[in-house]
Amino acid sequence: MPSYEGALVEAHGLRRSFGRVRVLHDVNLTLAAGEALAVAGPNGAGKSTLLRLLAGLMRPTAGEVRILGRPLRQDAAGGRRVIGLLSHQSLLYDDLTLLENLTFAARLYGLLRPRETALAALEHAGLGPRAGESPRRLSRGLLQRAAIARALLHGPRILLLDEPFTALDAAAAERLREELRRLLARGLGMVIVTHHLAEVWDLATWVSVLAEGRWVCDEPRAGALSSFLPRYHGLIGA
Amino acid sequence: MTAGAAARSIVRRGMFLTAAALLGLAAVYLLALQYTPVEARQGLAQKIFYLHVPSAWSALLAFSLVGIVSGLYLWLHDPRLDRFAASSAEVGVAFSAVMLTTGPIWAKPIWGTWWTWDARLTLTLFLFFLFVGYLALRAALQDPAERARFSAVVGILGLLLVPFIHLSVYLFRTLHPQPIVLKPSAPSLPPEMLRTLLVSTLVFTLLYVGLVTMRYGLALAEEEREEAGDAA
Amino acid sequence: MPESVRLALVVAAKDIRAELRSRTALLSAVVFAALVLVVFNFARDPTALSATDLAPSVLWVTFALAAMLALNRAFTVERENGALDGLLLAPIPREALFAGKLLANLAFVGTVEAVTLPLFVLFFNVDLGAALPGIVAVTVLATVGFVAVGTIFSAMAVRTRFAELMLPVLLLPFMVPPLIGAVQATSRLLAGRPLSEMLGWLRLLALYDLVFVTLCTLAFSAVVDE
Repeated sequence: MPSYEGALVEAHGLRRSFGRVRVLHDVNLTLAAGEALAVAGPNGAGKSTLLRLLAGLMRPTAGEVRILGRPLRQDAAGGRRVIGLLSHQSLLYDDLTLLENLTFAARLYGLLRPRETALAALEHAGLGPRAGESPRRLSRGLLQRAAIARALLHGPRILLLDEPFTALDAAAAERLREELRRLLARGLGMVIVTHHLAEVWDLATWVSVLAEGRWVCDEPRAGALSSFLPRYHGLIGA
Repeated sequence: MTAGAAARSIVRRGMFLTAAALLGLAAVYLLALQYTPVEARQGLAQKIFYLHVPSAWSALLAFSLVGIVSGLYLWLHDPRLDRFAASSAEVGVAFSAVMLTTGPIWAKPIWGTWWTWDARLTLTLFLFFLFVGYLALRAALQDPAERARFSAVVGILGLLLVPFIHLSVYLFRTLHPQPIVLKPSAPSLPPEMLRTLLVSTLVFTLLYVGLVTMRYGLALAEEEREEAGDAA
Repeated sequence: MPESVRLALVVAAKDIRAELRSRTALLSAVVFAALVLVVFNFARDPTALSATDLAPSVLWVTFALAAMLALNRAFTVERENGALDGLLLAPIPREALFAGKLLANLAFVGTVEAVTLPLFVLFFNVDLGAALPGIVAVTVLATVGFVAVGTIFSAMAVRTRFAELMLPVLLLPFMVPPLIGAVQATSRLLAGRPLSEMLGWLRLLALYDLVFVTLCTLAFSAVVDE
């Protein structure tokens, strides 16, 4: 991993619109190693758009995303190598086994010894015994673990998470929170998009609120959630 | 609400141009029936030529512009280009429909059959199908950015398909009247016929411009209404 | 091996492996092709038209329809669980991604064609004899071009509500030049005509492949990158 001390992710004046409809208005953000940025907002506020822009899955109408200091548009491949995305979908093929899925992902990222890497990742996730099964046969919690294993397979330094706690039961959610804390401690940076702040409050180091495509709040997380919630509801106009 | 006014003024300009073109069309009818001589061998049936050829011209113009503007869209990502391409495609469908109906009406008395698989006739039929496919794809997509990208790709591919269809159908043999206007030597049409044809071509070009302008303004107004709906 | 080629092969191998696992699309396309051949035999007046006269057209209409069915599946697998995002997130050039999908589709359509051809010989009592290498060459030449266009269109069609209908509406006009060329070349091959008589058609097919494979490869990014 190249040594790089600056911000992991920077967004400057990030905007996405089509025609006269603007989905996201001039977002600026910085994410450093070990930080977890919680982006909260109601459905349709532009949270998924922001995440897709940061992941390089969507091209901004204006502004730019920098990954490890380099513009994502100019060095897409370099940026993609250090970004991991945990989508609300698993990104896994039902017609392939878990091991085949992760081996395929390892080959896409050009990892050495793809099959061994994939198997090790599955074992780390506690899915070793189920490596030969189709994702179709996993419970929601196990599927989420497989999806995380896939997202972390290539050792990203930035993890983007789209509503990661949705549909997880309490035990699975707690397990995921533990895993994310471990990753933060190892110096990963995270952007976690959620419409339910309570799920990520303890994890976040920084809190932002998106309302109708506007970045209406951006501050370090401080105090208890209960003291922030009245403000949050005011910001999103609920 | 100045933006809404802009859309309205574009529609108004389009209506004005279209009205002018329709007046011109009336003049073309007069010219065709009064001024130009009756063609010796084909008789009155030949008069449809003054509608058939110019509508073919306009359809081809519409289609080429869809293709070119699609290419520009993929480069510049300007939604105005997408709006124009969509408008041009819709107007192009109308012109190719005129061409496809006037063709057989002329062909029945002259060639003795409603339809032949003549190279240029077949080509226009495929232009029509391509336009319809293009518009069907647009109608089936919800996200405006995605719709713009996908239809631009179809637009470019379609433009490049045209020479291939023409070539392959041409190699299949043809019995369409050969071009006599664009021959390198002096045109063999009598001057009255040529003049009427040129006037009609100008009128159809104006009609194309008017209709596309109107459609463009309507598309803009529609987007503004959607935007207002989003804000509410 | 250049990185792009490696990545294209990785993508193609993934598609082929997934298809061999389920086999649904491949089997139904083959059965469909066999049925079309049978239907064609009865959809003619045997006193007016001999099966051999109709043979080249039957072969190519069957190939085209079966290919359409096989192409429909190309991007449905990428739709499930957001798998396409997984591909796009990876550091893979879009051109290599398209090449991978194209290779996999060519493998499917080629398999269907390879199974259909002997059935065609059997049902239509055609004597391929010396024409076989020529017919294989013409099939490859004609198939590459329209499968390239079909690959990019299937990536678009899966995003629409009536994907199974949208693909043929978009793709059929693009199948016309390769189909005309292939039928003409095939009938000359079956009649044992010299190569010089079909050279024009072969050039047309080759030019079509060149233009549309290049164009679709370049345009693919516009389809998948938002």
